[in-house]
Amino acid sequence: MEHYNMNLNLKVWRQQNGKSKGEFKMYRVEDISSEMSFLEMFDVLNEKLIQDGEEPVAFDHDCREGICGACSMYINGKPHGPWQANTTCQLHMRAFKDGDTVVVEPWRANAFPVIKDLVVDRTAFDRIIQAGGYISVNTGNAVDGNALPINKDKADASFAAAMCIGCGACVAACKNSSAMLFLSAKVSHLALLPQGEPERHSRVINMLAQMDKEGFGACTNTGACEATCPKEISLTNIAMLNKEYLTASLVADK
Amino acid sequence: MLDAKIPAGPMDDKWTDYKGHCKLVNPANKRKLEVIIVGTGLAGASAAASLGEMGYKVKAFCFQDSPRRAHSIAAQGGINAAKNYQNDGDSVFRLFYDTIKGGDYRAREANVHRLAEVSANIIDQCVAQGVPFAREYGGLLSNRSFGGTQVQRTFYAAGQTGQQLLIGAYQALERQVALGNVTMYSRHEMLEVVMVDGKAQGIIARDLITGTLERHFGNAVLLCTGGYGNVFYLSTNAMGSNVTAAWKAHKQGAAFANPCYTQIHPTCIPVSGDHQSKLTLMSESLRNDGRIWVPKKQGDTRKATDIPEEERDYYLERRYPAFGNLVPRDVASRAAKERCDEGYGVGTSKQAVYLDFAAAIERYGKIEVSKEGRTGVGKDEIIALGKEVVKEKYGNLFDMYEKITGENPYELPMRIYPAVHYTMGGLWVDYELQTTLKGVYCLGEANFSDHGANRLGASALMQGLADGYFVIPYTIGNYLADEIYNKPVSTDHPAFAAAEKEVNDRLVTLMNIKGKQSVESLHKRLGKIMWEKCGMARNAKGLTEAIAEIQALKKEFWSDVKIPGTIEGFNPELDKAGRVADFIELGELMCKDALDRNESCGGHFREESQTEDGEAMRHDDQYMYVAAWEYAGESNWNLHKEELKYEVIKPSQRNYK
Amino acid sequence: MTWKQMFTSSIGKKLVMSFTGIFLILFLIVHVSLNACIWANDGGEMFNKGAHFMGANIVPRILEIGLFLGLILHIVQGYMLTVQNRKARSIGYAVSYGNGGSKWYSRSMALLGTLVLLFLILHLSNFWLPNRSSQGLSLGGEIDLYAKMQETFSGRDAVTVLTILVYVLGCAALGYHLAHGFQSAFKTLGVHNKRYHIMLKSLGYGFSIIVPLAFAMMPLSFHFGWL
Repeated sequence: MEHYNMNLNLKVWRQQNGKSKGEFKMYRVEDISSEMSFLEMFDVLNEKLIQDGEEPVAFDHDCREGICGACSMYINGKPHGPWQANTTCQLHMRAFKDGDTVVVEPWRANAFPVIKDLVVDRTAFDRIIQAGGYISVNTGNAVDGNALPINKDKADASFAAAMCIGCGACVAACKNSSAMLFLSAKVSHLALLPQGEPERHSRVINMLAQMDKEGFGACTNTGACEATCPKEISLTNIAMLNKEYLTASLVADK
Repeated sequence: MLDAKIPAGPMDDKWTDYKGHCKLVNPANKRKLEVIIVGTGLAGASAAASLGEMGYKVKAFCFQDSPRRAHSIAAQGGINAAKNYQNDGDSVFRLFYDTIKGGDYRAREANVHRLAEVSANIIDQCVAQGVPFAREYGGLLSNRSFGGTQVQRTFYAAGQTGQQLLIGAYQALERQVALGNVTMYSRHEMLEVVMVDGKAQGIIARDLITGTLERHFGNAVLLCTGGYGNVFYLSTNAMGSNVTAAWKAHKQGAAFANPCYTQIHPTCIPVSGDHQSKLTLMSESLRNDGRIWVPKKQGDTRKATDIPEEERDYYLERRYPAFGNLVPRDVASRAAKERCDEGYGVGTSKQAVYLDFAAAIERYGKIEVSKEGRTGVGKDEIIALGKEVVKEKYGNLFDMYEKITGENPYELPMRIYPAVHYTMGGLWVDYELQTTLKGVYCLGEANFSDHGANRLGASALMQGLADGYFVIPYTIGNYLADEIYNKPVSTDHPAFAAAEKEVNDRLVTLMNIKGKQSVESLHKRLGKIMWEKCGMARNAKGLTEAIAEIQALKKEFWSDVKIPGTIEGFNPELDKAGRVADFIELGELMCKDALDRNESCGGHFREESQTEDGEAMRHDDQYMYVAAWEYAGESNWNLHKEELKYEVIKPSQRNYK
Repeated sequence: MTWKQMFTSSIGKKLVMSFTGIFLILFLIVHVSLNACIWANDGGEMFNKGAHFMGANIVPRILEIGLFLGLILHIVQGYMLTVQNRKARSIGYAVSYGNGGSKWYSRSMALLGTLVLLFLILHLSNFWLPNRSSQGLSLGGEIDLYAKMQETFSGRDAVTVLTILVYVLGCAALGYHLAHGFQSAFKTLGVHNKRYHIMLKSLGYGFSIIVPLAFAMMPLSFHFGWL
C-alpha cells in the first residue's frame, strides 16, 4: 500500500457544553499520513490546539479498535465516515486525499444531547436495556451449558444481533432519530435463544415503551441505519422486533 | 504484613471448605450494607450484578459513558473452562496445572485451583444469561485450542468473546440498576479511597462532565479497574485504561505486587509511525491456523509471496517442535524479538514477522473438496474454498487488519509484532481478594493473583468473571458480616473532607503548572523509556537508567505540563493528566521491581538470566516469592515477600520443545 | 398492555399505518381491476356494469365508508408520525446523509403522500362527487361513468391537458409511495424471514409499477383515443 501525506481543512462542531449554542470552526491540519487513523488525525489537531492555547476538541473514544462503541463522529454526512461497516476509530486517512475538506458533527438527536463538542450523552441506551434487555437469571442459578442444545442457525443469528456495540450510529443516520435498530438487535438477540423465552413478551413491550419515553423517533424502514451500522446489524431485526411486539401485545392479558 | 489467608486442608477441598465456613450476612442486614465498585468490566460488572442480586446496596463507577464500554469488551479469542466437552482429557486439575505452569510457577496455587474449579460455572452462567457462544451443528457448545495447552477448552463467540461476555454481565448489571439494587455512576472517576479508623469507608469520585468532586460512603470498596499496560503509552489497552484507582489505594497502603510482570502479546499489528496512539491485537486464536515465519536471509526485501518455501524460517516450529506456533505468549514474543533483533525482521520498519495463512487456506480448501467427494479440482478453486472457511473463522479479524494496514491478509501474510497487552501484576490480594488495605478488595486484571509471571490465552476473561461472579460474593460476606455492627460513616466526617481536599489540591496544582508540554507528549516519553528499558528484555543497567530517567521525567511533568481548560466542566486533558502522573510513579516502581527480580520468568526476561540457547532461566531458590511493594513516600518502597509454596505441583523449568 | 397502548406506541402507530396501508392496497386492486374494464372495447358496457355493482350493492357501499375512515386514519396518523419524528431532532446536520443509506422515496413518504392526496382531491371531485351527488343515499342510480371519463379526458383544451398531467403525476407519486410502502407495511407486520421478505419486496416493486402505470394509462387512453 502506497503511503502519502496530505493537508486537510476541517470543519468541526464546537460547543462548550449542553447549554451553550454551538458553531462550526475551521481548522487546518498538515502533513497527515495516510497511515493514521481518523482519531489520530484528531490527536494531531488537538496537540496543535493545545500548543496554540486553545481548548482541544472533545470527542468520545476508548478502545480504538472498533468494539467499545464510544467513538461517534458524523463525518462528511455519514456516521463513522465514508467506509462501510466501520467505526470512526478504524477509519484511516487513506480514505481522504490532499486538500479535502472534512465536516465533522456530533450525533444529532434530541435523545442524545451534546455534552461538549462532539461528545453526546447516550445513557438513553442504558435505560432502554434497563427496561428489559436482559435475561433474569441470578448468579449461581444456571444449569449446565450444554443442557439445552440450541439450533446453530439460531445461535448464529442471535450472535449477529448481539454484535451491536451501542454506538448510536443508527440513531444518527436515521432521519427520524429512531433507536429501533439498537432496540431490535437486543430483542432479537434474546428472543432467538431459548433462555430468553420466559420474558419474551414483557421485554419487547417494556423496552419499546422506554425507547418512546426517551424521545427517539419511530422507524419508517428507510434502511439508513443498516447501511451505516459498523457491525452490519440487519434491518430484518426490526421486522423481527415488530413481530415480537405484535405477538406480545395481542396476547397481553389486559 | 502479608497474610494470604489460604484455607488449610487439601487443595481440592480448600474452596469448598472456605465456602462452608465463611461468615454470612442475613438478608435484612445486606440491605443496610453499601458496597462501592469501581470499574465495570467483566470483574466489576459481574461483581456489581451478583452483589446487587444478593441484596447489598451497590454503587458502581466507571469513567466511560456506559458500563458496556469497559475494555474487557475488546477481548477477542475466548474463555477457558475445564468442561471437558471435547473428551480430550481436560479436568480441573489440568487447567490448574496449565495455568500454574503457564505462569512460570509464580502464582499462588490455592487461588489458581479455585479459578479452575469455578471455571465451568462461568460458562453455565453466561449461557443462561444469553451469551451466544459458538455452537456445533448439534446445538452444543464449540471449543477451540489456545496457546500453552494441549486440550481444547476455549469457549468463544467468533472473535468477539469479550464483547459477548461483557454484554452478558452488563445486562445483569443493568437489571440490578432497574431493580434499584445498583446505582450506576458513569463518566465518574475514583480519585481517592477514604480511610476511617484503618479501614476503607468510601471514595472521592469526580464527575467527569461537571468536574465536581463527590463523596461516596461504602462499607467496602471493590477495585475492578483493569490493567496498567498504558504505562507503555503504546499498548493494546483502551485509551482510557489507567492505574489511577489502584494507585490511589496503593498510596494509602495497599501493597502493589509483581508490577514488572507484563504480558507482551506476540500477535499485534506493528507500529506504523510516530502518530500511533495505540496498538491493535490480532487474536491469539490466529496462531491455530497461521504459521509464523521470517526469511532465512537477513535483510531480505523481497515481497513475502516471492520468497520460496525453502527460504522461509518457521522459527517457532523449528525451535519448539512440540508446541510449534502454539507456544505461550511470552515465548512467542521473545522469539519474534530475537529474530528481528538479529536482522530478519520484515516490513518497512523491520520490526515485524509474518503470520501466514496460505497453508491453512489450502488445507481447508482441500478438506472442503474432499467433503464434496470431488477429485481433480484446480488449485485456484481449492484456494477460493479455503478462503471461505478462513473467512468464516476469522473474518472480522482479517477485515480489521485490512482496515488498519490497507493490505489484504487473504493474499499476503499478515505482519505482526509483539505489543504490551496485559499486566499480571497488580494490587496484592489475599485468598479473599482483599488488599492489604482493610475493606479494599481488588478483582480481575487489577489484582496480581492468578496468572503468575505470564498469563495463558483465554484466561483473563475467566479470571475476571470468576472473581466477580463466584469468589467475591462469598469472601466479601466474611468481611461485611462484622460491618453490620458499625454505623455508616457520614460523608461529613473529617476523613471525607480531608480526602476531598487532597484531591482538589492536586487538581488545582496540576492546572496551575501552566507549562509548555502536553500531557500526551510526556506520556509518549514515559512509554518510550518503559518499552526500551522495561519491555520484552530487561537488564540491570537499563533498568537503573530508566529509574533515573523516570524520576527526571516526573520533575518535568510537575513543572512543565500544559493542561488547557478548567477544572469545572468536561476536560479530558485534565483527566488524562492525573492518570499520566500516576503512570509515571508506577513506571518507576515497575523498573524497581524488575531490577530486584534478577531472574527470567514468564513475561519478565532478564538478559542476565538465560540458558545457552537463549531460553528464560528462573531461579527458584532466590525468587520463589511474590514481590509486594509497600509505598513509603516519594520514590520509596518497602519490599515484602510472600513465599510461594507449591504443595501440589512441582515446579520445573518450562519446556515447550 | 391496553389496546390504546398497543396502537399508540411507536410500533403501534406504524401498525396503524401498515394495516390501513394494506387495506388501501387491497382497494387499489379492486379499483384497478374494475377500471381496467374500460379496455374491454365494448363502449364501456362492462365497466359501467361493474360500476353499477359497486354503487348498487350495500356491501361495497358500507366498505366505502370503511375505506374513507381508513384513508383518513392513514393520512392523519402519517402526518402525526412525521411531525413526531421530525421533533426527535431539533438541530439538523450541516451535511445530510442523502441517498447513501436509503432511497429518496423512502424518506419522502409524507411528501409523496401529500401529492397523492392532492391528486385524490381532484380525482374525487371529477368522478366520485358528481356520481354520489346524483345517487344520494340510495343504492344505484349512478351516472354513466364511462361517458364521464370520456368527457373528462378526451378534450384538447388546456384544462383537460392539465388534468391529465395531474393524473399522471399523481400516479407517479403513488408508484413511489407504494415502492416503499408496500414492503414496509409487511416489515411492520413482522415479516422477517428472508424468503418471504424477498418475495414481498419483489411483489411490492411489481405492484408499485404495474398498478399506477395502469391507472395512468386510463386518462391517456381516452385522450389519445386508444379506446
